[in-house]
Amino acid sequence: MTTALGQFEKDQETILAFVADDGFPMAEPVTANVDGDRLSVATRTELPAGSEVAVTVSHIRPQPGIGYDQRRYTTAWGQYDSGAVSVKRTAGWDEETVTFFEYCERSVPRGNAYLEQLSEERGYEVKPKLSPGWRFFLATRVPFLSATVIPVFLGAVIARFDGFSAWWYVLLALLGASAIHLGLNVVNDIFDEEADDANTTPTPFSGGSRMLQYGLVSRRQMGLLAGTMFGAGIGIGLLLCAMRGWSLLWLGIPGVLLAYFYTAPPVRLAYRGIGDTAVALGFGPITVLGAYFVAARQFSWGAAVASIPVALFVMLILYVNQIPDRTGDAIAGKRTLAVRLSKKAIVGGYAISALAGFAAIPAGVLVGLMPWPTLLGLAGLPLAWVIWRRIDRDYDEPYELMGAMGFNIGLHALVGITLIAGYLIAI
Amino acid sequence: MVPAIASELLGKALVAELTVVGSRGEPVTYPLIPLWDGEKIYMTSSILFSKKLEHIKADERVAVTVGGQVTIQGTARVIEDDLHSGWAHLLPLWRAKEPIVDKYLKQRFALPLFWERSVIEITPIRVHIWDSNNVRTVEVAS
Repeated sequence: MTTALGQFEKDQETILAFVADDGFPMAEPVTANVDGDRLSVATRTELPAGSEVAVTVSHIRPQPGIGYDQRRYTTAWGQYDSGAVSVKRTAGWDEETVTFFEYCERSVPRGNAYLEQLSEERGYEVKPKLSPGWRFFLATRVPFLSATVIPVFLGAVIARFDGFSAWWYVLLALLGASAIHLGLNVVNDIFDEEADDANTTPTPFSGGSRMLQYGLVSRRQMGLLAGTMFGAGIGIGLLLCAMRGWSLLWLGIPGVLLAYFYTAPPVRLAYRGIGDTAVALGFGPITVLGAYFVAARQFSWGAAVASIPVALFVMLILYVNQIPDRTGDAIAGKRTLAVRLSKKAIVGGYAISALAGFAAIPAGVLVGLMPWPTLLGLAGLPLAWVIWRRIDRDYDEPYELMGAMGFNIGLHALVGITLIAGYLIAI
Repeated sequence: MVPAIASELLGKALVAELTVVGSRGEPVTYPLIPLWDGEKIYMTSSILFSKKLEHIKADERVAVTVGGQVTIQGTARVIEDDLHSGWAHLLPLWRAKEPIVDKYLKQRFALPLFWERSVIEITPIRVHIWDSNNVRTVEVAS
């Protein structure tokens, strides 16, 4: 209790509140001092012994031109007697210990309950509003499409390097792969609902889209959206098979299965600690080779080798994004690597995987399967070092870790784009 | 008319303490931004933090303490016909105290439930002005 009353020792803006005889609440500015589990208060009001009171101390730091920060308050309830309050319970919030975003996330069940209550009172459903465009954008998590765009273009550019060009088919492949990727994101939200419910520190990079948690869409709508995306992706894939060769199915079928069963039962790859491998395969060799095949109507060892760094760096996006989710994931039984392994192992694993990703580039050049300008891909090394340091530093701070997560997505893009540039230079 | 000191404090305070009557008849206090139009006190509350709204619906009697000098007792009503934007008319008053609100509002998609908000409209009945030893009470003429 003494710890909960700590704010009374550092802040001054204190009021003593009680319910007066006329039924109105009354609040008096007072000074309060902590005395064990009691608060001694200097009040000008004559209160009968045993009166139930609430003593609240609050603080903000004004920020001219902005507003304020350092918000915190504590309320202590108890019985008043002779200038002191015997504290029975306390409640409050300090944004230094629970960030505003986490405070809001923790309160989502209350918000939804209030909307349900209003719906019952009014006889129609009261829902939060968001435009259909925003709902689609957020539910499908469109910005993550860089994970698809880069390997598709890499495969197409390698095909061009090998003398094959079929850009309209490649664009169709991009459309199909993107549809599968967006469908995968939506399916994730549906089957990760328990883990996302338990996650009180989601970030723009982790914790799902929150569309179901916020009541912005129903599970049925998410199911329809996922079905539409997968249907469109599979349809485009079959069209490409018919036009470019049915061997594409060797990549298409595993790609779709990996996407769906990443979180969907009964396989639930992510729950078994092999989601990272699935992502590496799906957004690495399968997509790069798929795009290559669509352009060249054959497979290529060069494209397979070039897909290795892209596979490892896309895997690392997920690998890092799982770190802030690990508490909620553990509650829901989603035993990702971040749940299974220690901080030391995860941070070390990042360094080893990133180094392996970079090592694959000169290795590919040395064995003659990649042109030497692709060594440009090594330009990402300093950024990887920065990310690795930040992961170690911010491992237990979800919102601080956002910097590393953002840079990590940038690293995948940087390596992918420099590899593409390397092939273009070599053409 | 509320006394000048109360009007001045309500106009400039970044935070005031709203005290309501809880479900067990106990006092419950919430720090909130007071928005003062010269006649009524307005506060807004996200549905995420809706307990206070339930308390007010059950008992309209409230007290607002501002600046450590003034307590205003009055009656409150919750206005929530349009949670999404029914509070937007208060933005000029809100912006004057928290200019960054416009930036946050542009990113409302990131915290959509936070921006589903009810308005608390408080009609002052009496004002208590505290000094070091005494309190002076002024009835507010309707």
